[in-house]
Parts: sequence; structure tokens; C-alpha cells
Amino acid sequence: MNIVVCVKQVPDTATERKLRSDDKTLDRDAADGVINELCEYAVEEALRLKEAHGGEVTVLTMGPDKATDTIRKALAMGADKAVHLVDPALHGSDALSTSYALAQTLKKIGFDLVILGSESTDARTGMLAAMLAERLGTPQLTLANKVEISGAGITVQRVTDYGFDKVEASLPAIVSVVEKINEPRYPSFKGIMAAKKKQVQTFGIADAEIDAAQVGVANAWSEVADFAVAPPRAAGTVVKDEGDGGVKTADYLASKKFI
Amino acid sequence: MKVDRVSPTAEGHDLFDLVRELAAKEVAPRAAGDEVAGRFPRDVFRVLGASGLLGLPYAEEHGGGGQPYEVYLQVIEEFAGAWLAVGLGMSVHTLSCFPISAFGTDAQRDGQLPVLLGGDVLGAYGLSEPQSGSDAAAMTTRAAAVDGGYSVDGVKAWTTHGGVADFYTIMAKTDDGISCFHVPAGTEGVSFGAPERKMGMRSSPTAQVRFDGVKLPADALIGDSGQGFRIAMAALDGGRLGIAACAVGLAQAAFEAATAYAKERRQFGSRIADFQGIGFMLADMATQIAAARALYLDAARLRDAGRPYGTNAAMAKLFATDMCMKAAIDAVQVLGGYGYVEDFPVERYMREAKVLQIVEGTNQIQRLVISRALTKG
Repeated sequence: MNIVVCVKQVPDTATERKLRSDDKTLDRDAADGVINELCEYAVEEALRLKEAHGGEVTVLTMGPDKATDTIRKALAMGADKAVHLVDPALHGSDALSTSYALAQTLKKIGFDLVILGSESTDARTGMLAAMLAERLGTPQLTLANKVEISGAGITVQRVTDYGFDKVEASLPAIVSVVEKINEPRYPSFKGIMAAKKKQVQTFGIADAEIDAAQVGVANAWSEVADFAVAPPRAAGTVVKDEGDGGVKTADYLASKKFI
Repeated sequence: MKVDRVSPTAEGHDLFDLVRELAAKEVAPRAAGDEVAGRFPRDVFRVLGASGLLGLPYAEEHGGGGQPYEVYLQVIEEFAGAWLAVGLGMSVHTLSCFPISAFGTDAQRDGQLPVLLGGDVLGAYGLSEPQSGSDAAAMTTRAAAVDGGYSVDGVKAWTTHGGVADFYTIMAKTDDGISCFHVPAGTEGVSFGAPERKMGMRSSPTAQVRFDGVKLPADALIGDSGQGFRIAMAALDGGRLGIAACAVGLAQAAFEAATAYAKERRQFGSRIADFQGIGFMLADMATQIAAARALYLDAARLRDAGRPYGTNAAMAKLFATDMCMKAAIDAVQVLGGYGYVEDFPVERYMREAKVLQIVEGTNQIQRLVISRALTKG
């Protein structure tokens, strides 16, 4: 089975993140880049499926040069090879154009199963899996906390507000996973050493037959109109219990429309 | 605060990332609780072992990581900052593997090192005795030659991992001087005293190891018979660098705790970090830490280049551990009353720092080593 895991490098949530003043895109140079946490769960799930069913795990990332750090981490965890889609023309692509660029690349490299984290910690759109499935004409099985493969069939347990749905489809398919699905392994030092020898193929937009007029900040369908620094946190409200603490707390929650 | 590290090996940076992740997720969260409970984190060492981190400075052909000391010591520093017992435990384990790696026969190296470095086992090192500390040559533990090997009698003291280690690398007197031996933990006649009740590092057992007619095969001898003192001193040179790295990591943790607090705590309408009395303390701590780090890395580079480095290792151990003690005391001072209570980690750092001025040669012995090297001949 040919499994492709889409991973994304995001700014470390522990550091200060900011947008660029010129084109209002994320300032990727200002913060340390780390692998998006949910992508680690996606890599783990791919490795487990490979261990159970055989095949190969390919990591696919779209991002600037420094995203190679994220690729190496996924390879150190145990993925077999990687494809890095990197091109200045892709800078500032929104979710829709990113899905186009990744879909074009996936058509080139081929797949039986594509696994993604259900969202990233930077943009948080959570739409990429659905968009990819639509563009590739494959079933989408999103928000999975359990994945089972049998022959050409795939079944996932899809997390919902009321519990879960069981969703079945046939391969090839697109799956997105939530953090409850597994516990990602740490890379080992041996894995780090092995990763140095693994193949990382670099694709520009021409290699993936990506139309420059459909990607990049100038062609994005969504636009950041304005942004401002978050205001400093204001002092909290203290409810003093004088026999009526419960009522006061309930009134406060009601005033904020929580109850 | 992330320490900006450089590595001479390409894989070093990815290794540092892995180490930071493990330190933050697997090591640091356990430190305070296990220290209070006096609970040895054997499982944490298993996680580090499974990640291939218990043999970093040894040859890859023997199951090691093939990393220079310059990289290995920075790994120790990161773990010591998260939890001294773990950083120091790694250093002791590495030290206990050194004699076989550097002085063992090919058969010993090929047969044993893959196991010792493989991550499943933990080592301990026995040189000191109740009456033989700084004066190591005054040891009384004796390995008598008997048919087919040796019979060992005596007591080793202050053994880190005593009672929980899987093997003990010990020094004992033989007819021709001092010799080095490899003793598996389960060997008949090996027993342990109760763990010492220490000021700090209570999670890491320190105990006497007793040898009562312990029969060892001939190939338990590491190096030549009578070569043990030289082996012990060579092992300690590397071990001292491990302690220096531990001290820098612990001082860095104390500095970070003090800085974070000083930026939050407000008095007289200002952050206390903005008062010069506090700001200058933080500046001095940061400067001293940077100097100590540079000193141990300089000694490590000499070692990696195959140059003599023993004097430099003693300087690094001396400077880094005295620096660490002061940084930990100052961190408590920055936190004031909060620094003196267990709700913040700095009181623990202060208790832990003290031991680093004592182990792998007291700082008085370090001065002796340095001054003798300077005035030789």
C-alpha cells in the first residue's frame, strides 16, 4: 500500500507568532518552525498501517526551504521517503490553492491512501482533507480516531459531537485524523541517522504541473483584510462566595452566554 | 529559553530537537514528584534507551551513537536542566561503559558493548569506599586471584544507581596494584546497603555495594591487571566533563526559573526584573553560565581531537559546579520567600547543585589536579 502523509511545518506555538506587515501572510522567519502536532499523529497512523499491511510511507510537505526540518523529523520517525513541494510562487497560498497544489503533486506521485492531521495550529481551517478529496475525486474520511484497512476497503471511526460515525469507503481515499487516534512515537537516534540517507525529492510548480495563476498570495480566494496585536489579557472577575457564590457564578456565565 | 546550540555533526541538530522534546515531555514533568517520593525513574531511562541515547559517545560498530563529546555533553546538559538525576544518571552510565570501550579486549567490546550501550541496561561505577574517597588509591576492596578468575571482597560507597544498576564497573586491589572489573548485578555475593538519605537527588539511589566472596571469571578483568588506577583516572576525566555539563544544565534551569519569575513579579509598580539589583543578578548568572558552557565545550573539543584534556576537564568541572551553586543560591534569592518553598523548583535546584561540587572528585581535588599539572617537572 502506497501511503502519503501530508505534513505541515507551523510556527512553534510556544513562541510569539506574527504576520508580515507587507502582504499580511504568516511571518515564517520570525518563529521556530516545528511539525504541526496533528501531523505527527498522521505519520504515526501511516507507520502503523504500513507495519500491519506492508507498503511504503511517503511524506509530502509544501513549504519554504526550512520545512526540510519537518520532513527530516517525519523520516526519523520511520517514513520511507519524502517529497518537498517548494517554490516561491506558492508563497501566501490559501487553503483552496494549497489543496490545488497538493492535489497536483499527489497526482504525480500516486497514492492508495492519503493521511492528514485534521487541522494545523497556524491557520486552523481544517478544510484541506475535504478539498483534496474533492479535487482528486476520492472518498473523504475525516476526523478519524480509528482507521481499519481490509483489502481495498477502508473503515474509519469519525468523531462527532454525539459520539462517532462509522464511515466506509474504498481506496484510494483521503483520511484526516484527530489526536485521539494514537500516541505518536518519538524518533530514535538511529532513526535520525537513517533519515539522512532517505530520499527527499524536491518539486517546483512546473514539476507538479501547477498553474502559477492559481497559487500564491495574489491568487488567493481568501484575504487577510487587517490584523492587530492581541490586547493584553485583562484582569479576571473574582466571585466572592457569601452564600450566593453559585448564583453569582451562574449569572456571570449567563451574561457571557455560556449558559 | 532555548539555548542556541551548534553541532559539528549534521545529525546533532536533529538530535538536540529530539532531546528537547523528550526532556520537556518525558523527563521534566516527572522530576518534582519523583524527587519528593524518592522514586527512581527507571522507566524514564528505558525511554531514553529506546531512543538510542544511552551510548551516544561510543562507536557505532559497538551499538553507540558515534557522537563526539561536544554533542554528547550538550545532550547531558539538556537532560540535567530538566532533571538532574536523569542527566547525572546518563553521565554515570556513560562513565561505567568507558573502561570496556577504551581498555577492553576485542572480545569484551564486541560481546558486551552492544548490550551495555543498547538502552536496556543501566550501569554504575564503583571507585570510592567508606574510608577511601579523594584518596582513591587507599581502597581496601580486594580481588584475589583464584582458580579460573577472581574472588572479590570489600565495600564500595556512594555508588550512584547502587541497587538499581544492571552492572557495576569497579576498581579493586590485586597483587600488582589496582584493577578494573565488570560485575553483573545478579552475581552471587553482591549486596547493597540502604540508599543514602541525601540532601537532594533523592530519586536517584546512592548506596554501598558490598562484595562478599564474589566469584568473577577471568574475563571480568578490564584492561591489564594493575592498570585499574589509570583506567579510573581516564574514566573520571570524561566523567568530570559530564558533571560540568550537568552543572551548566542545572544552572540554566535555575536562571530560567528566576528570569521568568522576575518578569512576572511586580513590586512598587514595576516588574522586579526592571530593578537593577535583580537585573544585574540575572545578567551575572547568564554570563557565568555562558562561560561555563564554553569551558566544558572547549575541553570536549580537545578530547574529540585526541588531545590531552584532563586539566581542562578539571577546570570545567571546578568552574561549572561552583558557578552552578552560586546560580542556584541566587535563583532562590530572586524568588524571595517563594524560592524557599517546594511550590517552585529553585529550592530543589539549590539542594541538587551542592552534590556537583563533590562528585567525580571534590572541587579541592580538581584544584589539585590543575595545580599539579601546572607545576609538574
